[in-house]
Amino acid sequence: MGLLSKKDAKLITDPLADNNPITIQVLGICSALAITAELKASLVMGIAVLFVLGIGNVVISLMRNIIPSKIRIIVQLIVVASLVIIVDQVLKAYAYELSKTLSVFVGLIITNCIIMGRFEAFALGNGPWKAFLDGIGNALGYALILLVVGFFRELLGSGTLFGIPVLGDPIEKTGLYSIGYENNGFMLMPPMALIIVGLIIWVQRSRNTTLIED
Amino acid sequence: MSTNTDTNKYTILFAIGMVVVVGSLLAFTASSLKPNIKENERMEKQQNILYAMGINENGATDIVFVGTDKVAGEFSKYISKQLLINADGSSTENTEAYLIDVKKEQAKAKNGGIRLLPLFVGEKEGESFYIVPIRGKGLWDAIWGYVSLNEDMVIQGAFFDHAAETPGLGANIKQRYFMDDFVGEQLLTASGDFKGITVAKGNNDPKNLTKDDYEVDALAGATITGDGVSAMIKSDLKLYLPYFKNLKNQLN
Repeated sequence: MGLLSKKDAKLITDPLADNNPITIQVLGICSALAITAELKASLVMGIAVLFVLGIGNVVISLMRNIIPSKIRIIVQLIVVASLVIIVDQVLKAYAYELSKTLSVFVGLIITNCIIMGRFEAFALGNGPWKAFLDGIGNALGYALILLVVGFFRELLGSGTLFGIPVLGDPIEKTGLYSIGYENNGFMLMPPMALIIVGLIIWVQRSRNTTLIED
Repeated sequence: MSTNTDTNKYTILFAIGMVVVVGSLLAFTASSLKPNIKENERMEKQQNILYAMGINENGATDIVFVGTDKVAGEFSKYISKQLLINADGSSTENTEAYLIDVKKEQAKAKNGGIRLLPLFVGEKEGESFYIVPIRGKGLWDAIWGYVSLNEDMVIQGAFFDHAAETPGLGANIKQRYFMDDFVGEQLLTASGDFKGITVAKGNNDPKNLTKDDYEVDALAGATITGDGVSAMIKSDLKLYLPYFKNLKNQLN
């Protein structure tokens, strides 16, 4: 990569695999369980977190020298909450349809531990450009896992991808359903997301044994 | 310039400063955008009401409202009367009934006050639609909707929306396949008593062919939201029963 130095590029690529926020840092698990029943919701959440984490990391990084350490968590919370609320209000005023789709995600973003986690672990100790890259990288790593989980849950739970039926019609019994296949309703429940995340962690660690802690 | 950021004095001053800055920023955003947001919400109400009586630009499976540019025209064209219903079933006209906030009215009723009951009469192709706003609780936050009925309180169209149900689960009450299941369902028993509709799990009618079973098929993984839909249909639509009884008598 010519644009980024090797160190900077690592900030983006590391969270995609060996330092993934969900499977390695165990951040953002709650939302990964809650909203991955459909691919579309996973994608929207991924994009929303990308924006908030990218901008939030820069803001916190710019403020890092003036934030009193005793109340830094509160400051971080206020920064992310006001950022999200302002964006939500602007969308409500100028892009109402879009805001209807996104408003359910607002609460999930504010309370998402991946955001506080990266503020605390990275933005407080690094410059704005590095913090920005770290935010983008982690949000991409987060979105990647969300999409993988969403793919399996929607495919096996509803037989659709992005809302489009791919296995036939379960009620009319066409396609796969004509030979007795059934959707697994359990896939739509949050516990299955946890199991899928567990399987991803298993696969990842068996391929790269250095990730295993004693 | 390096200040010690660990002293109590600095911490308190920083906290105060931040509250003032963030507070005024949020207040400024909220108040400067308020007119736009209000206008959007007003148009959305009109779109929702029209949607419930079948005035929309839906494709095969999606939900498309009439455009914001022509919603005002369509609303005055199709909605012939806006009424407020009294407890005895009589009604008074009120041209701004659609602006009534159902949430505030429900709170009034809870505190022993009198709840205003808006109802909108729509005319399309010689048929009358009686559209009623309803509101209730989902899993996380409020859910609401508009249900259009005929004279016999048989559902002609339904629109549901929610504030914060889980995407992919409870949020699916806003999907066509859920809303459309309500069309044709009855609310009254043969003797004219109010029964309502239950969002039922395992009702052995996933295609929703039986229209007189007072049940529609539930959504997987959205039990509490579905129960909320049943509850708001039962509690809010019931209040309109006297009006429909009067209407029936007048028509006969």
